[in-house]
Amino acid sequence: MKVTITVNGAATSADVEARQLLVHYLRNTVGLTGTHWGCDTSNCGACTVWLDGVPVKSCTTLAAMADGHEVRTVEGLETAAGLDPVQQGFIEEHGLQCGFCTPGMMMTARALLDADPDPDEATIREAISGNLCRCTGYENIVRAVRWAAAHPASRSATEEVPA
Amino acid sequence: MTATDVPAGGTDAPVSAAGNPIGFGRMIRKEDARFIRGQGHYVDDLDLPGMLHSAILRSSYAHARIVSIDTSAAEAHPKVRAVITGKTLEGLNLAWMPTLSGDVTAVLATDKVRFQGQEVAYVVAEDEYSARDALELIEVEYEPLPAVVDARQALAPDAPVIRDDLEGRTDNHIYDWEAGDARACEEAFAGAEVIVGQDMIYPRVHPAPMETCGSVAHMDKVTGKLTIWTTTQAPHAHRTVYALVAGLPEHKIQVISPDIGGGFGNKVGIYPGYVLSIVGSIVTGVPVKWVEDRSENLMSTSFARDYHMHGEIAATREGRILALRVNVLADHGAFNGVAQPTKFPAGFFHIFTGSYDYPAAHCKVTAVYTNKALGGVAYACSFRITEAVYLVERMVDCLAFELKMDPAELRMKNLLRPEQFPYTSPTGWVYDSGDYPRALEESMRIAGYEDLRREQAARREAAARPGADPSAPLMGIGVSFFTEGVGAGPRKHMDILGLGMADGCELRLHPTGKAQLRLSVQTQGQGHETTFAQIVSHVIGIPPEDIEVLHGDTDNTPFGLGTYGSRSTPVSGAAAAVAAQRVKDKARIIAAAALECSPDDLEWEHGRWHVRGDPSQGRTMAEIAMAAHSSLELPEGVEGHLDASVVYNPPNLTYPFGAYICVVDVDPQTGVVKVRRFVAVDDCGPRINPMIVEGQIHGGLADGVGMALMEVIAFDRDGNNLGGSFMDYLLPTSMECPSWELGVTVTPSPHHPIGVKGVGESATVGSPAAVVNAVLDALQIRHADMPFTPAVTWRAMQGRPLRPDLAIE
Repeated sequence: MKVTITVNGAATSADVEARQLLVHYLRNTVGLTGTHWGCDTSNCGACTVWLDGVPVKSCTTLAAMADGHEVRTVEGLETAAGLDPVQQGFIEEHGLQCGFCTPGMMMTARALLDADPDPDEATIREAISGNLCRCTGYENIVRAVRWAAAHPASRSATEEVPA
Repeated sequence: MTATDVPAGGTDAPVSAAGNPIGFGRMIRKEDARFIRGQGHYVDDLDLPGMLHSAILRSSYAHARIVSIDTSAAEAHPKVRAVITGKTLEGLNLAWMPTLSGDVTAVLATDKVRFQGQEVAYVVAEDEYSARDALELIEVEYEPLPAVVDARQALAPDAPVIRDDLEGRTDNHIYDWEAGDARACEEAFAGAEVIVGQDMIYPRVHPAPMETCGSVAHMDKVTGKLTIWTTTQAPHAHRTVYALVAGLPEHKIQVISPDIGGGFGNKVGIYPGYVLSIVGSIVTGVPVKWVEDRSENLMSTSFARDYHMHGEIAATREGRILALRVNVLADHGAFNGVAQPTKFPAGFFHIFTGSYDYPAAHCKVTAVYTNKALGGVAYACSFRITEAVYLVERMVDCLAFELKMDPAELRMKNLLRPEQFPYTSPTGWVYDSGDYPRALEESMRIAGYEDLRREQAARREAAARPGADPSAPLMGIGVSFFTEGVGAGPRKHMDILGLGMADGCELRLHPTGKAQLRLSVQTQGQGHETTFAQIVSHVIGIPPEDIEVLHGDTDNTPFGLGTYGSRSTPVSGAAAAVAAQRVKDKARIIAAAALECSPDDLEWEHGRWHVRGDPSQGRTMAEIAMAAHSSLELPEGVEGHLDASVVYNPPNLTYPFGAYICVVDVDPQTGVVKVRRFVAVDDCGPRINPMIVEGQIHGGLADGVGMALMEVIAFDRDGNNLGGSFMDYLLPTSMECPSWELGVTVTPSPHHPIGVKGVGESATVGSPAAVVNAVLDALQIRHADMPFTPAVTWRAMQGRPLRPDLAIE
């Protein structure tokens, strides 16, 4: 079947099997490999993307379900103006190690901050509880989201990385 | 350079123009730029022209004879390019491969399947969906056999023999191994006032990195070169094993380990899927990708632990420990595939005497085959030190329970004292350095230990009053202290499959003073690209942003054994420091030639050699690098250029240590355990990048909470794996983890060139006992086995503890 999906603002279209998962559509058909596949069962959240502004697990969403809808992935966080404050926060607060859960984690965090620009620690922990991380023990992820909340206008205002 | 030259906190380095420490100190990571954009390069991200996909058919039985395999329907699938069975591989002499422990394991089963999830057939197809469709078309006829599920029944006379593929094998016994002095223990126990014995299980758990295992193999038939992109923590060791297994010429094998989505020991071994992707590429002539799914990862790749232990501790009535002995039944699964130094079949378990001062210790380890997946050394265990620390820290708490002593006080009474280092343990380890009482004191200070005990006493008193609130949480305080030995070799004592555990490193300064550092070790998230640049920066004084760290490609890095057992910084970190020191020494000679003076007349200021007493007469490292590549005449015997190549053979392990305190609240009506606080004081010597060190500790503490409260791979009577998905194998989330409270002490290693010790596994090793001790303190019982799920906790509270590793009452 043919699907047309807007991904990060750009129209994409392809013939897909009805059973094709959105995560595979994004990774294999569109070529955006920032969205990761981690578990099959919606538990780990490495595949989290936005569907019409709402975070979903793309490993248990069919590409067909996104037909005619808008998807946003980690590749859509950075704009010409610079990094999203969430991205900058993850750098500043060492919110990532192996980087595998990071795209999904950041998409969840961005959605949280859009709904609640100044969340406390408990709110952040609850928001990211559907995203597993094996490296960080979550401490610095919470701090990274707090950093983003405290620097809403950081885009283009911050030095990014050392090298 | 000696350890005494090392700045204690590592934060007083000068700052580069880019704002980074020129040496040790907090520095944001070089790696992050790509990861936060979704531009990491993981194995599954690779898409090569013409690449095919593949999938593995796995056994649904734990133990069964294969009667027949019919692949005709799968072969007829229009998108299938190849179907491979054990029979195909037998023809290539590839049906079996060596494990890292001198056993063999099946690549694809030929005679029997020996655990649920074992590899039976392999399909290569045009896309992954078709490959998995074709698996459904393969007909396997099995003759089910009784399974050995309980390790304690593996040596029963009527137990089915699992490894009848091994000639002359009539039972499931793998080895017996001992360490320490049994007789000295006998004597100490004979004269002891108090003896406490305890059975305990460290259940089977799984590292479960967020990225599963996978590979893309490309055998180029024209050049005869095999390139394999694969999830490996040890690319060089893998290359050698592929050469030995497949008979391929090693100079024609390139192993590329790109970005790795977490390893934790899961990506040390060589799995059948990697070998099959190579076979698939040989058969089809094009690149073949294989990536396992989560269930495959949990059910078939290297598990961790599965130690059934009986400890006995002897002491005086005043709480002076006299001796500790332990018998272990080690469940190795269906094949002995543990990844550890050859001389140590039980890994470093015999460091179980821990952090305490007593003269007598003995352990005996008996390993058995069962109908479960192979593995055993994984999940940040420092070669079984996790099991050892859990054993001793539980035994010390059991002793405190019997003596009615405060567990922190009992520990303080028995801890090794600073003046005892270097300390030779009763089982032969030489601990390099430590100040244990200081670490324990610091953890108690941060936790407010006395206040916590007062609060607990008040709560218990309130709960005992008539009409007390039955839902009031039970408060528990758990203490653990750990010592690890990390950074294997030395090579004369430690090898894997005959490969000595030493690691190479190459440092090259380009003419403009920018550097490249090539490492044998492979990051899986530890931040090597940043930390190793800081090590070089620390020694030669050029900014870390001017140092590019290259790793994970065997064609472009020197040989070495890889990253596991917390060995990157102790071994390769030392190699990098020594290489940098050699470059610095050579730079002195070249600077002297340029300044027309003797090298002895020069002195070092960070990043520059200058004439003693005249700082204006000097050369920076960048100027020296250019001079080294110029037409400047150099002294006789001094070659041009500015680089160094080192193989570092560690003289000893490094011994990080720490003191952990956990506070829990247990719901008496549901058995739910809430971790209220966790205090961790770690001493890993000077911290190259404190931010990265703290991050690693955070991750390990979460592991400890997971293992103590949630994670277990149990089996039912038929050998069905009950932890085969993330719906069943529970990982800690942000909700189970508290906000970690960290503390620091700094005791440099005397033998490491920059004084540092490994830290990557410390918290995973040290924290489970603290959580378990806290839960049992809350329940006021001596022992029950983890994980303390609500059901397990509830049963323990009722005095009917569960065996968590089996779904068999």
